[in-house]
Formats: sequence, C-alpha cells, structure tokens
Amino acid sequence: MKKLTIRNIDQGALMKLNKILKNAFLVTLACLALSACATSKKSSGQMQGDVYTGTDTVEYLASGVPDRVFFATNESVLTTASRETLRKQAAWLRKNSDITIVLEGHADERGTREYNLALGERRANAAKDYLMTYGISSDRISVLSYGKERPVDSGSNPLSWSKNRRSVSVKAN
Amino acid sequence: MNKYLILFLILFIPTNSLALIEVDITRGNLNPLPIAVSPLSIDNESKQNFEKILKKKNIGSEISSVIENNLKISGLFNPLNKDAFLQAPDIANLKPRFEDWNLIKAQALITGKVSFVNEKLRVEFRLWDVLAGKEMMALAFTTVPNNWRRVGHIITDKVYERLTGEKGYFDTRIIYVAEEGPKTKRIKKLAIMDQDGANNKFLTLGNELVLTPRFNPTSQMVTYLSYFRNLPRVYLLDIETGIQEVVGDFPGMTFAPRFSPDGKKIIMSFAKDGNSEIYTMDLENRIVEKITNHPSIDTSPSYSPDGKYICFNSDRSGYQQIYVMKSDGSNVKRISFGKGLYGTPVWSPRGDLIAFTKLHKGKFYIGVMRTDGKGERLLTENFYQEAPSWSPNGRVLIFYRETKTDTKGEGFSAKLWSIDLTGYNERLVNTPTDASDPSWSSLLSN
Repeated sequence: MKKLTIRNIDQGALMKLNKILKNAFLVTLACLALSACATSKKSSGQMQGDVYTGTDTVEYLASGVPDRVFFATNESVLTTASRETLRKQAAWLRKNSDITIVLEGHADERGTREYNLALGERRANAAKDYLMTYGISSDRISVLSYGKERPVDSGSNPLSWSKNRRSVSVKAN
Repeated sequence: MNKYLILFLILFIPTNSLALIEVDITRGNLNPLPIAVSPLSIDNESKQNFEKILKKKNIGSEISSVIENNLKISGLFNPLNKDAFLQAPDIANLKPRFEDWNLIKAQALITGKVSFVNEKLRVEFRLWDVLAGKEMMALAFTTVPNNWRRVGHIITDKVYERLTGEKGYFDTRIIYVAEEGPKTKRIKKLAIMDQDGANNKFLTLGNELVLTPRFNPTSQMVTYLSYFRNLPRVYLLDIETGIQEVVGDFPGMTFAPRFSPDGKKIIMSFAKDGNSEIYTMDLENRIVEKITNHPSIDTSPSYSPDGKYICFNSDRSGYQQIYVMKSDGSNVKRISFGKGLYGTPVWSPRGDLIAFTKLHKGKFYIGVMRTDGKGERLLTENFYQEAPSWSPNGRVLIFYRETKTDTKGEGFSAKLWSIDLTGYNERLVNTPTDASDPSWSSLLSN
C-alpha cells in the first residue's frame, strides 16, 4: 500500500510541477511586488504555487543540509525541492549512522485541529518514506505530528502559512 | 457534587392551568419574554449565617442574579430592571399583586425565599403567570450552602422547561483548553467552569500540550489529547479525583477522542504510517476495535445519541468531507456535498442534526445539516472558527474563534462563543484567559 502511495504522489507532483513552472514567473513577480508593498520588515521569503521556497525559517542539520521541507495547502506531496533536501538529509544520516531523528509534521492554522493532526502525521510520514527509500532504517526515524499547534511564523497571511506547512527533521540524540 | 443536592419536595402540585405564556424557541427570538426576577427574600438570621459561611451580603439577591443572568444569555427572556419593582420580595412570594407586575410589563414573575435550616441552604421558588394571575410552578431545594450558584442554575432550568417545553442547559459545565503566551509557543491547560463562566478551575499545569477535552455524557469523566513526554495520546481524566490514564496501548498518535452516548466506550483516531483510522476502546473490558479501513484520513468521529451511527471526517474523496456509517463501520456514506471543505461533525443530542465547521473561499462557518446531509444551514461566518459542541438540550452551540494577526504577526486571540441553533443570539463566553476546544457537559442534576 505504501509503495503505491509513493508512486501516486510522484505522478501528482510532476503534474503539479508543470503547472507551477508555468506560473512561476508571474508568482515571483507578485511576491516581489507584495514584499515591496509590505512593511519595512524585510522578507526574503517566496513561494512557488503556495509552497514556500525561501530560507527564512530553515535551520541546518549540518553545513548544506537543511532541516525542513514545505508542502502545498492540504497536501503531503513532496516537491522536487523537498526531495532534494531529503536526499541531502539521507546522505548526512548515512555518514552519521549513530544519529536518530524525529520528523515533526506541521500544518498551517487554516484547518480544523483534528484533521491537521492527521495531516501533520501524513506529511512527516511522506518525508520518512522518502528517507527510507534512500537507505535510512525506519528505526532511526520517529514521527511526531503537531498539527497546527507549533507555527514558526505567527502571521495570518499566505506566506506565513506556507512556512508553517512543513516537516522538520530534528536530531533526537 | 451531585449527591449533595437533593431535590427536596414539590411544595404544591403545579397548577394545570392553560399556560398563557409560551416561549417559542424554534425560530430566532427577537422579542424576548419580559420576566421579573424578584430577589429571593431572606430573614435576618439566615442572612447573617450565610454571610459568615459564603461571604456574601445577601445570598437571596445573589441567587436571583444568577437566574437573571442565565435568562438574559439565553436570549429568550428579558429580565426587567429591579428598580421598577413595586412589591417587596417577601410579600411578592406570598401572593403577588399582579396589577403591579403587569404595570411594568412583566409577563412572568419569579419569587422565592431562602432560609438557613440545619446548616443547610433551603430555597423555595415560584413561577407566576402575570397576565393569567396564576402560579405556574413551585419547588423547594435543600443543599449545602456552597452549592448556591447551582440552585440558581436549577431554578433557571425549571423555569426554562416550564416556559419553553424543552429541558434547560444551565446546570452544566464547560471543559475547555485555556491558552496563554505567543502563538508560536502557546501554553495550553485544561480548564473547567460553570456554563456561565463562574467557578473557573485549571485542571493541568501547562507543562505539556493538551487538546480537545470532551465530557462523558453520563459521568464527570473527561477524555482528551495530551502530549505528555512528547507522545500524543488519548487520556482519560476523572475530574473529581484527578486520576488520569492513557487510553489503550497504541504504537503511535491517538487523537480526536469522544465518548459513546452510554459513556462506556471511547471512539478516536489512531495515526500510523501516514494513515489515520477510527478505533473504539471499551472502557470495561479494554477491547479495541478498528472501525474504518481506508488509506485516507479518517478522524473527528461522533456517535449518534442512540449509538447506532457514527459521523466522521474523511478526505477519501480528495478533500475533507463529512461521512456517516453504522457503528460497526459498515454502510459508509458521504453526506456533505456543498461547496468547500467540511470538518468536525458532531451529532446533536436530539439526534436530528449534525453540526460542523466549513471552510469556503477563505472563510470559516459553523453550520448544521440533517443527518442525511440535506438542509444545510450556516449559522455564523468568521476569519477562523471551529469545533462546535452542543448544549445538552441541542439548542445552543459553543465553539471557538481565532483572530487574524496584524502585519507584525501580533494581536492573536482565541475565545469561546455561543450561538443559538436559530443563528441568533451570538455571544462571547467570558474566560479568564484565551480559550479553545469547548465541550459542554450533560445536565448535572438529572
């Protein structure tokens, strides 16, 4: 069942990606315009579709190994960028075989609490499955969903929400 | 608490008069019934005794304020200003001069008497039909003095029931999540209060994240989600003893708990490998049953009051929708077909409606639909609101609402609100801190 799901996800992501690329230029323009209008607070954040692609809130497990991946609204599909990040994490985990991690899955505030708990769990597991296909043993990975309980950005706007829809790999030891 | 309260005796057989006053609660009530709540009379000796025990100057007036406030927040009654009352409380309780009460346009009148008997609080009250000039009911209660607010709630329930023909919901409590601190590091505690906001108490310290407390409809037990030791699990809490236990032994997150209508089972979601399914656990024999079986998210289950059906939330169609199935998991049917996403279905205690949260075009709605999904009615629209919980008589919904933050990400708040099934009488429910995830208890005195 799980493998089936992954294949479906990949196809879905490809189709979505096509759409996203078509709109990317416009979206980037719109984001630039928005941040120019916004308050003096500088924002390097941006989105593709509604997936966050900036680095504002990203922390690093090691040099060049970002700790988190981002999702579209209501989705647990891994984007191309997310898969790249997770491959870096997998390579780092293979080199540091004593390290175990917790994948913390999160949702934005625009959903009901209970559904978001389930969605956070699904997002974290999407990341876990991908790490496993790159050779990381499941007993080194645990999953913890926070639903919408732990946003990194307290804003009530699409950019803030995009930063909050995430799965974060946290060192557990 | 229940055992201290004795419904003592019916003083007089309620008069079988053709009640002239009737309150229609089936439609929005724009003309609340004018009602006079005469302060309960009290003799000097009783007054002094209660002042010593309860630190209240005049417990008679205090109890009638509780009644008055209840009647006001119901939206169905308009308690009249006491300054206009012509008759003294003690005389009114013996035999009201109906012309006087008619003059100030009262249609109903509540009178009563409080006394200190054998260290106990004895309250009698009467409800009068002013226009017909008749007594509608008379009751007396004896209880420990500390229960004085509950006496006010029980009197309101009796008055409400006599005038509307439906059970009241005033002698009830609300359990909820008290919230403090910045949005990114919210501290959450379980809290409980009377339906009118009095007697607020925190039940946990805030050391771990707690969510979605729900009452057992048959006892003072509560089920909720706690992140104790970073393991999100469904817990059971006895609010009388404070004793807690984990529900079941699941190798992953359990969440979205509720009791079955007989209080003997807990129904909840268990998430594993990215798939949330609905399970039940029998609290007596600990038998766990898997109810749903689908590779999508199945959560927010809620039983019908007869226990035969379960409504729940699933995204098996691609998006969050509401489904109904038999309680063994068979006959799954989608019932929400309107535009937008649907979540948090809760079956009404009357059995005829399901309340829900709906997200459509960036707005959140609290609404109700019939159990076949027809007759959808949206009661209130806002930036963010969810998680309705029914009053035990199925007439009022309590839910929580969150505010939009400003451009600096500040100004966030979460508050409890209530609204009548009619869509009228929307009210902020006061809590000492921010609040979310309310759950309404059954009537405490049944």
